[in-house]
Amino acid sequence: MKRNQLVYVTFIRTTPKKLWDAIIKPEFARRYWAGNGNISDWKKGSKWQHVKVGEKDAVRIIGEVLECKPPKCLVLTWIDPDDPSEKSRVTFEIERLKDVVSLRVTHAGLTPRSGMEKGVSWGWPRVLSSLKSFLETGEGLNVYTGH
Amino acid sequence: MMKATFKALADETRRKLLDELYVNNGQTLTQLCGLFDMSRQAVTKHLYLLESANLVTTVWDGREKLHYLNPVPIHEIAERWIGKYDRQRLQALSDLKKSLDKNKKGLTA
Repeated sequence: MKRNQLVYVTFIRTTPKKLWDAIIKPEFARRYWAGNGNISDWKKGSKWQHVKVGEKDAVRIIGEVLECKPPKCLVLTWIDPDDPSEKSRVTFEIERLKDVVSLRVTHAGLTPRSGMEKGVSWGWPRVLSSLKSFLETGEGLNVYTGH
Repeated sequence: MMKATFKALADETRRKLLDELYVNNGQTLTQLCGLFDMSRQAVTKHLYLLESANLVTTVWDGREKLHYLNPVPIHEIAERWIGKYDRQRLQALSDLKKSLDKNKKGLTA
């Protein structure tokens, strides 16, 4: 079956380490990801969860850490806990350029026109522009307004 | 960066290219050329401008270069002129509610 892929890039005035921490530490992520964060021990083969920070059992996404090379590359499986057959893969790639850091997010293996594809293609541009704002100004955006 | 975004969006063909990628993401140059009545070089030039403005990102899949719509810079623009005003409006509403609640308490006390 055909699978879809989404690719997003943003350029952020920050350091690779700060960007890495903003992705893997829920105390930072919740400030630009609508209160959500990513929880794991970030070792290859470990489980990870995307959760609403501070809300017990509010698990939005689950998966496995396929690759973890701080502060450059993080690869995760991305699974809907209510429908584990809906399994895709997210890659974060961080690269230091001259005076900015580039972040490329590739979301691969999505079922065409699935709820997950619709949801993440709506969400990623918002989350990534909020992440940029958070790292550059200290303030995230109201990412999920109007949804 | 924002100047490049506006320049890239100012052309109808380039907007059409983004529309086509919105409908069918991850297309090759050949696929995109098939949708336009213009030379391959012209389409390449438009794609180059879109890529420079970070509105299109590319991924090599073997020998094929695939083009993906990247709407992140458009959200940055939206935030500059829409998002922050929304935030102020929400803050104003929340201040108004607090003030009304305070008055209500004052009345019942």
